[in-house]
Amino acid sequence: MFEEVYDVIVVGGGHAGAEAAAAAANMGSKTLLATMNLQTIGQMSCNPAMGGIAKGQIVREIDALGGYSGIITDKSAIQFKMLNKSKGPAMWSPRAQNDRMRFAEEWRLALESTPNVDFYQEMISGLLIEGNTVKGVRTSLGIDIKGKSVVLTNGTFLNGLIHIGNKQFGGGRAGEKAATGITEQLTDLGFESGRMKTGTPPRVDGRSLDYSKMIVQPGDVHPEKFSYLDTPILSQQRDCFMTHTSEMVHDVLRTGFDRSPMFNGRIKSIGPRYCPSIEDKINRFADKSSHQLFVEPEGWDTVEVYVNGFSTSLPEDIQFKALRSVVGFEKVKFFRPGYAIEYDYFPPTQLKHTLETKLLNNLYFAGQINGTTGYEEAASQGLMAGINAHLKINDRDSFILKRDEAYIGVLIDDLITKGTEEPYRMFTSRAEYRTLLRQDNADLRLTPMSHAIGLATDERLRRMEEKRKKSDAFIKFFKQTSVSPESINPILEEVDSALVKQSDKMFKVFSRPKVTMDHMMQLEAVSNFVNENNLGQEEMEQAEIQVKYAGYIQKEKSNADKLHRLENVKIPDNFDYSILKSLSFEAREKLQSIRPITISQASRISGVSPSDISVLLVYMGR
Amino acid sequence: MTPTDTIVALASPSGAGAIAVIRVSGTDALKICNSVFKSIHGKDLMRQKSHTIHLGHIMDANKTLDQVLVSLFKGPHSYTGENVVEISCHGSPYIQQQIIQLLLRKGCRMAEAGEFTLRAFLNGKLDLSQAEAVADLISSENEASHQIAMQQMRGGFSNEIKLLRDELLNFASLIELELDFAEEDVEFADRSKFKELLNRIEEVLKRLLDSFAVGNVIKNGIPVAIVGEPNVGKSTLLNALLNEERAIVSEIAGTTRDAIEDELTIGGIGFRFIDTAGIRVTSDVVENIGIKKTFEKIGQAQVVLFLHSAEEFKNAEINLKSLQTEVGKIASKHPDKPLVILVNKIDILNKKERESLEQLLSHVEGSDFEIISAKTKEGIDNLKNRLLKFVNTGALRNNETIVTNTRHYDALLKALDEVQKVQFGMDNSIPGDLLAIDIRQALFHFGEITGEITSDDLLGNIFANFCIGK
Repeated sequence: MFEEVYDVIVVGGGHAGAEAAAAAANMGSKTLLATMNLQTIGQMSCNPAMGGIAKGQIVREIDALGGYSGIITDKSAIQFKMLNKSKGPAMWSPRAQNDRMRFAEEWRLALESTPNVDFYQEMISGLLIEGNTVKGVRTSLGIDIKGKSVVLTNGTFLNGLIHIGNKQFGGGRAGEKAATGITEQLTDLGFESGRMKTGTPPRVDGRSLDYSKMIVQPGDVHPEKFSYLDTPILSQQRDCFMTHTSEMVHDVLRTGFDRSPMFNGRIKSIGPRYCPSIEDKINRFADKSSHQLFVEPEGWDTVEVYVNGFSTSLPEDIQFKALRSVVGFEKVKFFRPGYAIEYDYFPPTQLKHTLETKLLNNLYFAGQINGTTGYEEAASQGLMAGINAHLKINDRDSFILKRDEAYIGVLIDDLITKGTEEPYRMFTSRAEYRTLLRQDNADLRLTPMSHAIGLATDERLRRMEEKRKKSDAFIKFFKQTSVSPESINPILEEVDSALVKQSDKMFKVFSRPKVTMDHMMQLEAVSNFVNENNLGQEEMEQAEIQVKYAGYIQKEKSNADKLHRLENVKIPDNFDYSILKSLSFEAREKLQSIRPITISQASRISGVSPSDISVLLVYMGR
Repeated sequence: MTPTDTIVALASPSGAGAIAVIRVSGTDALKICNSVFKSIHGKDLMRQKSHTIHLGHIMDANKTLDQVLVSLFKGPHSYTGENVVEISCHGSPYIQQQIIQLLLRKGCRMAEAGEFTLRAFLNGKLDLSQAEAVADLISSENEASHQIAMQQMRGGFSNEIKLLRDELLNFASLIELELDFAEEDVEFADRSKFKELLNRIEEVLKRLLDSFAVGNVIKNGIPVAIVGEPNVGKSTLLNALLNEERAIVSEIAGTTRDAIEDELTIGGIGFRFIDTAGIRVTSDVVENIGIKKTFEKIGQAQVVLFLHSAEEFKNAEINLKSLQTEVGKIASKHPDKPLVILVNKIDILNKKERESLEQLLSHVEGSDFEIISAKTKEGIDNLKNRLLKFVNTGALRNNETIVTNTRHYDALLKALDEVQKVQFGMDNSIPGDLLAIDIRQALFHFGEITGEITSDDLLGNIFANFCIGK
């Protein structure tokens, strides 16, 4: 049935798998997307939303690199918000609510219209391996499919085990079978595996809710979007709603604690601290008498509703009873109960920066199999795995993003250097240089790099260059143009800033804390420049950020430069740490197992001290 | 790797010696040294040839710190292969520290253990076969410096630093909470709380910086009380130490009723001598007031010189007892204060009397002794050396938390700078993500004292204290 040898075989069709397949195929690889169910490509297994703080930045980065997640989010969005707008620009984070069915449909259509992508529906139960190199996959029917490289994006499906109260059953998602075979084969080959846990709330019938008792949560008045390309901006949006739990609700929930798999020891693996179940919340923060619940529509037309904040694995009767005591939910009807799921993952310290495994050549892991959580984290890993799989089989240099270049770089470096004990989610605080990693400049940072390796299209590069050219010119204008006290002082007075006595460069005045672009536009010279040069909102915003935060951006850049010095000191692949007696025992062990590729990466491994780094420098320095 | 920052450290063994060598290495070594060096011939160091030596003064603004010889070695023809300046200064630890601190303020960084050697190696100045030796050196020096640091963390220094770091971490967490978890249902601290916390951090940092032992000396000098009966020669001693006629010298007992203070620099360390009335009970009202003052001054002093006249020891048996009683009196009030019995006027004793006196004094518990003649200056140098030794061995430290390690001082100074930037930012409504840049920098400097900090600490702190997650 499969005569040809694929360049890249992607196992799994979730956010990671779909991006991996798209990237490899767009770069020219003959790609096969193999999944257990072709109806669930691009499925949003949990909340119907993309982006958010730090995650929104990742989606922008994926888009800047030529991935699809941003475009698909824009096409299927039902609400848009720019979060954290009151903070500095590094914190501005786009988030969209999505139509769950449209989102999956758009993914399917996007992949179908991507040349070089073949599809096949069946469970992949094993890998074909020769020596230390993967050579393809074997299906549960025993069909061998040959491939030069394989990207595993199994999500929560590997030996997935679903818990609802005392009931437990195998499954990768509600109503879907678990996948077996791969974990067992890989552990036999020497891979280390572990178990993680995550959960999801009940879905309910929107017609059974009384929204008049809830607080409406509309989208932004001026919605923006994710993609740097021409995708639609929402002209109308759907509202979300907010309500609260109460002590009464908590009391009902507590009656089910003895049947909670979380508390009776049935679930042993670790779940994310930042995405706790409702029972975990009332247990750990017992003094809190109420928790917020967000009621999110699942789409434009469907009546299905997602109850964000009510993730639970309590028995379904308790879930139901508790939710019925929530304001607005008195007559709620369930579509399906919430549940917890345990699944296999492979500690990501077993990977290289390219997401290729250290043990087997040409085998890549992306998404929850690496211990991460979140669509955005998964998608970005899929993208990077797809890119690197393609580059490797074509004997080209690998594509690695640094920590000061992208959240994606922070994500992968954290995973492979530090590993993770709980499902890993991105936070802006994980990035040392977040002022550089903004959602407004992902294209400036990444599109040229992606274009250079042949993924981002010429159109993307052209748009990015135009934006840069125009915003740079505007910044130069502010640096070179002076403003007189008569023109600027009324504005300064308005914002309660010290007045100027003589003419000063606009750049300097604009740098002051409360002075904004709107103020500057009141100056005739500025508005004339904008009109003459036909500057759009995006270019103006870019210039504003670069002027107003110049000092901070510069500071982070110079901090990042210090990092680069250590980044440039490479450690040879096969370096034998055991000969370095001056290293501490712990450092030697950690270095031997993680095998960092640079001194900088070595310095981020826990247990490796500054003195160990000095010793390494002595050996690697020249 | 090509480090470009400029590092400084003492290149000669630490402690007091005749001269000390401070080595500065890095791109800006010449520039930084030139900014604090005033040649006696008005030379500009930037214009001098490599491998030349220059005489001049190290100036802290208008204040002269020391007369020094400066040797220039331009890279790559230097020990490290970078621009190197070696400053030969006078050997007192005080002067060394003064100069090093000045250089730190001017943009140098304290060198890590073995860093000069490391740079030398990286720049190809050492043979590869020496690599293992260098590596061993680095790890052993680190160990040694760690041990020293631990020893120096007396008087609760490490606790204080840990508390301070926790406070900062707490602050950073509150800021991060607002940023990463803006959408969560948690209460954010209000700005006045932030300011309170910052002010507290600033205050503690300032106090620790002020405590830096040498810094203390710079400001005040080390207080030394001279205690003794009337007419044993306190004023003469003071004059001998001061080398000028300052205190009132008279043959009438009890001339010195008010405590007179004077300052004297010995081996680069400032001492403040406090001349007091004696402690023997008398019926004279004025004298009794003087005695009360004497005990107050002993309380303020860090060293007590208990002065006696050799004449008193003609009858050895009796005086050993009363001397022990008096020493006991002082020691019971101030058990940790170094006490030196000084016997003055030994010029009036013959050799045999002198020997038996020394024998006698060695039996007094709770004190050291020194025999001198303020008149002939005999023993004065020994006394000076003994005073210096107190400083060098740290015997003068009191119980409050004190920073003694230059590296710690450097880190705290930088942390304070960052904290003040955050305060400025708060006052100017700078958004939290930008404040966080400075806070992280401050935490980084704390990390230089306590070990590494990672962002995991922040997240852990947040998850432990706030209910996160929809």
